[in-house]
Amino acid sequence: MYEAIVIGVSAGGLAALTAIIPELPGNYQLSVLIVQHQVADASDFLSEYLNEKSSITVQEAIPGEKVLPGNVYIGPPNYHLLVEKNRRISLSVDSKVNYSIPSIDVLFESAADAYQKKLVGVILTGANSDGSQGLKKIKKAGGLTIVQDPVTAEMPEMPKAAINATTVDHILTLRKITQFLKSLSHE
Amino acid sequence: MEDNEIEDIEIDCLLEAISRCHGYEFRGYARASLKRRILNRMTQQGLTRISEMIPNILYDNESFDHFLTDMSISVTEMFRDPIVFKSIREAIIPKLKSYPRINVWHAGCATGEEPYSMAILLAEEGIISKARIYATDFNNKSLAKAEKGVYPIDGIQKFTRNYIKAGGKKSFADYYSAKYNSAKMKESLKNVITFANHNLMGDKVFAETHLVLCRNVLIYFKQSLQNQVLALIRDSLVNRGFLVLGDKETLQFSIVENDFEVFDKKMRIYRKKRNV
Ligand SMILES: C[S@@+](CC[C@H](N)C(=O)[O-])C[C@H]1O[C@@H](n2cnc3c(N)ncnc32)[C@H](O)[C@@H]1O
Repeated sequence: MYEAIVIGVSAGGLAALTAIIPELPGNYQLSVLIVQHQVADASDFLSEYLNEKSSITVQEAIPGEKVLPGNVYIGPPNYHLLVEKNRRISLSVDSKVNYSIPSIDVLFESAADAYQKKLVGVILTGANSDGSQGLKKIKKAGGLTIVQDPVTAEMPEMPKAAINATTVDHILTLRKITQFLKSLSHE
Repeated sequence: MEDNEIEDIEIDCLLEAISRCHGYEFRGYARASLKRRILNRMTQQGLTRISEMIPNILYDNESFDHFLTDMSISVTEMFRDPIVFKSIREAIIPKLKSYPRINVWHAGCATGEEPYSMAILLAEEGIISKARIYATDFNNKSLAKAEKGVYPIDGIQKFTRNYIKAGGKKSFADYYSAKYNSAKMKESLKNVITFANHNLMGDKVFAETHLVLCRNVLIYFKQSLQNQVLALIRDSLVNRGFLVLGDKETLQFSIVENDFEVFDKKMRIYRKKRNV
C-alpha cells in the first residue's frame, strides 16, 4: 500500500521524534524521510542520537543515495532535502523556504511527486507554518495525511496550519501516530 | 493521466527545446530541485502551465538569459565552511609554494565570495604575486556581481566570523572599504581574479590548474553530468594538483575515483595522482 513516510517537525521535535522512531521495528517495510528544523551549526547529532535509540537504521541523508525500505533519513542542517522519482536523495543549498532550510514543504512536495499515492505525510509539533503546503500536495496526489493533535503538541501552530491548509485524514496524539505508522504495511 | 505525469511531459518538452535551441543540457540536472525552480519561474512569469514557458524560450533570447539565471542557485558566502579554508591554508598552500606560478579555478563561483576568500588567503600566505584565480560560472548576472565585488554590509558580520575561524591572520576589515550599506572588496584582491563565463555542461578545459574548488555545484547534477564535469576538472589539474568539493560531495563512486587520492576525507580534499 505505502512505500514511504515523510515527517516534518520543528520546535519540540527531539522529544516527538524520540517518541516515534525508536518504536519502529528493525524489519520495518517503509522508508522514512524527516525534516527537523535545526539551528544552522547543528552537526549530525540528531541522526546519531536517534540511531542509538532505535532498532531501525537512522542516518543523515547523503545525496545520490538510494532510499531503502526500513531506513530513516534525516535532512542535514543548511540543505534542503528532496527525493527523486528514482528514489534517490537530493540535497540543495538554496534560499530558505518558509524561513527554513531544510524546509518541510520542499521535502513533502518532492516526495508527493515521487511516491504519489504511496506516501504518508506527517506534521508534528512546531511554531511556524512550514509543511502545510507540502501536506496539501501529498493529499492532492492521493497520499495519506496525518497531523499531530494540536492540543497535545508541544507547539500547536504547525499542526494547526496544516489542518487549515488541507483535508487531513487523521488527527492523532503522538502515541496513536506511532501505533498507526507501525500498522502500515508495504503491500 | 495524473497532473504530475503531464507536468513531467511538459518539463521534458521544455528541456528538449532548451537543448536544441540554446545548447544547454539541463537533462543532466537532478530533477526534483530543477522542477522546483521551473515552477517558481513559471509562477513569477504569471503563467499557470510549464508548457507556456516554451514559446519564450524559443523566440526570445532575453527571456532565455533570464531563465538561465533563475535555474542557477547562487547562495554562497565568504569562507563558507571555514575549517575547509583553514585546511587549504595549512595543508595545501605549503605544497603549492614551490610552483613558479599557481592557477586556482573556482568552478561555479556564483557571486564571487569564494574566490575573494581565496585571494585573501593567498595574500596572507605570501603567494598572491605568483597566483592567478579563475572564477567561472554560467550565470552572467552572478558574474557581474562578482566582478563588482560589492556586498551588502549585513553579511559582513558572518563573513568576519568565518574569516577568523578560517585562520585569518589580520582583520577582515583590511580587505574591504565600507560605503553606505555595502562593502567593496579591495582592488588588490580583485586584480588577481579573472571572472569568466564557463558552462560546465559543455565548455572545454581552459587552463592548467593547481587547485580547483568546485563546491556545492555537483549536488545539482545527476551522476552522468557529475562524471563529465569531474573528468573535465581532472584534465585541467596538473599531476598532484588539488580538488576541493562541497561539504556533502564526494568522488566515491565517480569515474575519476581512482585518478585521485583522498587527501582529507572530512574536508573533501582530493589530490590527483601522478601520471593519470
Ligand atoms: C550554490 S552555488 C555555489 C557557490 C560556491 N561554490 C559555494 O560553494 O559557496 C552553485 C553555482 O553553480 C553554478 N552552476 C550550476 N550549473 C552550472 C554549470 N552548468 N556551469 C557553470 N556553473 C554552474 C550556479 O550558477 C551557481 O552559481
